[in-house]
This record gives sequence, C-alpha cells and structure tokens, in this order.
Amino acid sequence: MIGKLDKIVSFFESMDNQEKINYLIDYSDRFKEVPDSIASKPYPKEKKVEYCESGVYVWTVINPDGTPKFYFHIENPHGVSAMALCSILDEGLEGATIDDILNLDTEIVYRIFGHNLSMGKNLGLIGIIQMIIRQVKQLTLDSY
Amino acid sequence: MKKIKERGYFNPDVLVTTDWVDENLDNKEIRIVESNEDPLLYSKGHIPGAVQIDWTNDLNHQVVRDYIGRDEFEKLMIKNGITNNTIVIFYGDKSNWWASYAFWVFQLFGHTKAKLMDGGRLKWEKEGRKLTRDIPHYPETQYKAKPRNDADFRAFREDVVAHIKHGLPLIDVRSPEEFSGQRLHMPDYPNEGALRGGHIPGAINIPWAKAINPEDGTFKDADQLKELYITENNLNENDELVAYCRIGERSSHSWFVLKYLLGFNNIKNYDGSWTEWGNSVGLPIQK
Repeated sequence: MIGKLDKIVSFFESMDNQEKINYLIDYSDRFKEVPDSIASKPYPKEKKVEYCESGVYVWTVINPDGTPKFYFHIENPHGVSAMALCSILDEGLEGATIDDILNLDTEIVYRIFGHNLSMGKNLGLIGIIQMIIRQVKQLTLDSY
Repeated sequence: MKKIKERGYFNPDVLVTTDWVDENLDNKEIRIVESNEDPLLYSKGHIPGAVQIDWTNDLNHQVVRDYIGRDEFEKLMIKNGITNNTIVIFYGDKSNWWASYAFWVFQLFGHTKAKLMDGGRLKWEKEGRKLTRDIPHYPETQYKAKPRNDADFRAFREDVVAHIKHGLPLIDVRSPEEFSGQRLHMPDYPNEGALRGGHIPGAINIPWAKAINPEDGTFKDADQLKELYITENNLNENDELVAYCRIGERSSHSWFVLKYLLGFNNIKNYDGSWTEWGNSVGLPIQK
C-alpha cells in the first residue's frame, strides 16, 4: 500500500474507539469540496458513487508528474463517515502512482472504521474506493 | 407552521417542536436522544445534553438478528441516565428514520414516555440552533424495564405469512422502484443482501416520505395524512396492519405516523422486512 495511506490506516488500527471517533471527526472537518475549476453543478451522474448513502461524487485528475489527484463532493451534509474517508484518501493518496491506486485494497474501510458500521454504510464507503480505482483505470486506458 | 396541537393528530403528545426542545435543554425530566444512520454524526455536533443511542451497536443484538434483551435495555437506560419516569425525546438524521426506530424499540420495553422532535436534526440545523461536541455524562440511574413485548409491536415472518393468507393489508413503505422489483435496494443505497426484487404479495406501496414535508422533515397535517392513507389507499383505523421496508427503519417511521398521528390501533412493524422476505426459501413474491 501507499506509504502515507498505510501510516494513516495503521494509526487508526492502533486507536481505541473514542480516539478513532475523534480522529475521524477531525478528518471530516478537513473535508475539502471539489473546486469550481474542476467541476460545476449539476454534477454528472457518472461521477456519483453508486450505492453510497451519502451521495458522494469523485473526480480524478492526472497531475503533470503522472500522479493522480482526487476531488470529492458529498450531497448529504450529514455524511460524516464519507467526509472522513474522502479526507483520508485525499491526504493519504498524495503522491501515489497509478499502480498504487490500481492496487488499493478496499479492506482499508474496515481497518479505519472497524467492523461496527452497518452493512450499508460499509458498502457505500467501499464504493468510494472502487470509484477511485475505476476512474484511474479508465483514465489509464484512455491514454493508450 | 401550525402548532402541533392544531394539526389534528390522534395523539399530539408524542411530538415536540424544535422550539420546545430548545426551551427545555435544562429540563431534568427529559433525556434527549440522538439516533442516526451515520454513527459519527452525533460526535460531529449534537443538541446540548443529548446522548447517542446507535441502532446497530446499542439496540441490535450483536449475535442474533434481533433486539437487545431486557437486561441490556436496562443497562442502556442506566448508562444514559434515563429512569422509568424520564421523558425521552428522540431526534436524528434522515427525517427521523432511526429516531423512529429507536422510539419503536423503546416501546418493546414499555417505555411509553417517549416523543419525537418534529423535523429531526435537519430542522434543528436549518434553524441555526446550537450544536455541541461536548459529551454529557449523567449519573447512573435505577431502571426496571418491562419484559420485552414483541407481540404488540412486531410482526415476524410467520405472522406475515398468515397475514397475507387472510388477505389483511400490508404496507410496503419503500420506494416505488424497490416495490416493483426494478431495484433490489433504495435508489443510491447499497443492496444489503436481498436476492430477489419485488414485494410481499398483496402489499400496497405508500413510500414513507409521503408523510413528511420534504423541506424540513416535519410530519404533514392529519388531514393530509388521512387523505394519503385512508382516502387514497382505502386503509381504516381499525385495520390489522403490517408495515415493512428494507430493514425496518423506514417502516418504523410509517408505523409512528399511522399509530400515533392517525390512531391506527392495530399496526405492527415487520422488522425482518425485505432483507428477510426477499431472501427466504419458499416465500412468494410479487413484482
């Protein structure tokens, strides 16, 4: 896994439940909305993560150095778990290569949030990671 | 907006307004309880003095698909500083889905001193009212729960089988797409394990959301609710009625509307809902 993301995920695994909640809230507070320069409303449906309860949209842009950068929008103002995960991904995937993204493991959702989330919530969060992988795959294919 | 008492509800005492809650934050006779779809939301900010009761971790049994037992419920009440006389005020996200669900579970244990905050968390936030991240700590209480009474509130799979055999009315409160079988899950929600799409034979579809005002999540007036359930869908207050959805949360919301706001006196919630019926061997479905 990507070094930075790996560190964050391992850090979460070492926490007790209350610490985990505090850090997740901290990450959710740092959630950054997609800037107007990347996307404008109404956002296209194909950018929306299927099956995510919080209505998450994902955009992938390839930087000049070939690394991908991800942007997010979350429809549900109460989608705190989604905000936290998007923020973790934004920070943890900085500098990651295309191959790193294609090899991302969706298990990180369980490693970060634990196994106490409902099935629906887990599937939605996993869907965000799957969307990232799918978009990178698509961009990679398009470049050939 | 009309006052709750002026909206024509059968039992207006089960609802309080955001104004009322704001004025009663220091009221020692109440305990404000937040129940959400996203368990992190409470920690992001909640009504001052509110405690969190989470449907998965607090109300559901951890190894059986069922609710907690009497002992666990008593412990939950004691931990949250709730006595048998405490008036519990529920609120939450998603127009009070999970707040209604928690309210319903409390009824299994006979805690009738319970109310919903009309409009839930969304309305509180829209009105710019105070939220805090301070977690309150209340002294432990004494609490004696009644033995769990499923019979008056829950319908089980076998009850529903008998119900349809007798041609009794069933309400499916999911979206029209889920009802028709076009989708196995709510739009934008994951498929939580249902193998087949459709509905329980004979059920009528009255989506839960038709009972609320979409702009603030408050309940519609009794006249509008009667028009929806009684006039348009031919239901009667004395009907033996069962409501269901996907896992029992949206149907708790409709159960609350029918039982307390309209006075249906024989309604139960089939909490097994579509995730049980849609997967069960030998059970018929309709598309």
